[in-house]
Amino acid sequence: MSTCIPVVENILSANDRLAAENRAIFDKAGVFAINLMASPGAGKTSLVERTVEGLAGRLRLGVIEGDLASSLDADRAAAAGAAAVQINTGGECHLDAVMLHAALPQLDLKSLDLLIVENVGNLVCPTSFKLGVHCNILIASTPEGDDKPYKYPGSYRGIDALVINKIDLLPYVDFDMQNFRRGVEMLNPGVMTFPLSCRTGEGLDAWLDWLAAQVKNRA
Amino acid sequence: MHELSVTESLLEIALRHAEPAGAKRILALHIVVGQLSSIVDDSVQFYWDIVARDTIAEEAQLHFRRVPVELSCEACGHTYSPENDEFSCPACGGERFKITAGEEFYLESIEIDK
Repeated sequence: MSTCIPVVENILSANDRLAAENRAIFDKAGVFAINLMASPGAGKTSLVERTVEGLAGRLRLGVIEGDLASSLDADRAAAAGAAAVQINTGGECHLDAVMLHAALPQLDLKSLDLLIVENVGNLVCPTSFKLGVHCNILIASTPEGDDKPYKYPGSYRGIDALVINKIDLLPYVDFDMQNFRRGVEMLNPGVMTFPLSCRTGEGLDAWLDWLAAQVKNRA
Repeated sequence: MHELSVTESLLEIALRHAEPAGAKRILALHIVVGQLSSIVDDSVQFYWDIVARDTIAEEAQLHFRRVPVELSCEACGHTYSPENDEFSCPACGGERFKITAGEEFYLESIEIDK
């Protein structure tokens, strides 16, 4: 005789619980944590480098780099002057709260003001897995095309700020900024947006000042 | 693909609810998936056959109930399902909306044999 048992439990609840634990660890250490998401090649690591260089002397920074394999990104972040740790997901398409939790003991969080977590390059999966950070940030880049908000609505919906990288390439690529912004505005009305170029440095100051202010406000 | 970790969570939740109920076997899982959750049913089934092996859930049938996306216009209150890539309100053309359905991803119930 079969019996039906009501469950009604979110399938990612274990991840959500650990994300809450991560948040408690950040808050206890007094570090502000952000999660950087983007497609591969949008400029996540370049933005990490520019941010580490730009905030040197103002804030103490740590970086956790998520990738399928290699330590190339952590090496770049360390060269720019941050305490850096690499997580190799071994094929997983995203970071989750468990992987992040396991990596945290490798950093002295108390000695940091800002922790940047660079997620795996992917516009789909990272949005489903909470990490416990204070702020989720997406980097779009102009060569990807202005249709990305329409094609990957999930990645534009849950974010707290949007960086539009590679604006120096606008004259050379078919990127309709108006259409892009219309999609963003529908999915995430009023989200903070930072058009910039990691290559030329244009627009970086607004991003750095905003980020530094976020850290200060939470301290 | 993150269906492997999803499937492992699914098994953990099902077993945790089945054991205190005195289940000898888990016969079925009823899973609710919103259209906005990027989960592929067939892929979950594929991993299930591997991760559930040698547990009381190894022969369980997975049933997926898909929930379509439903939006509510913030300007006029009209509820509608977006078509293709068009998210704006078909009644008033408004472009601000709340998502009222389509993001679900939970295990609703399990069927067990005592």
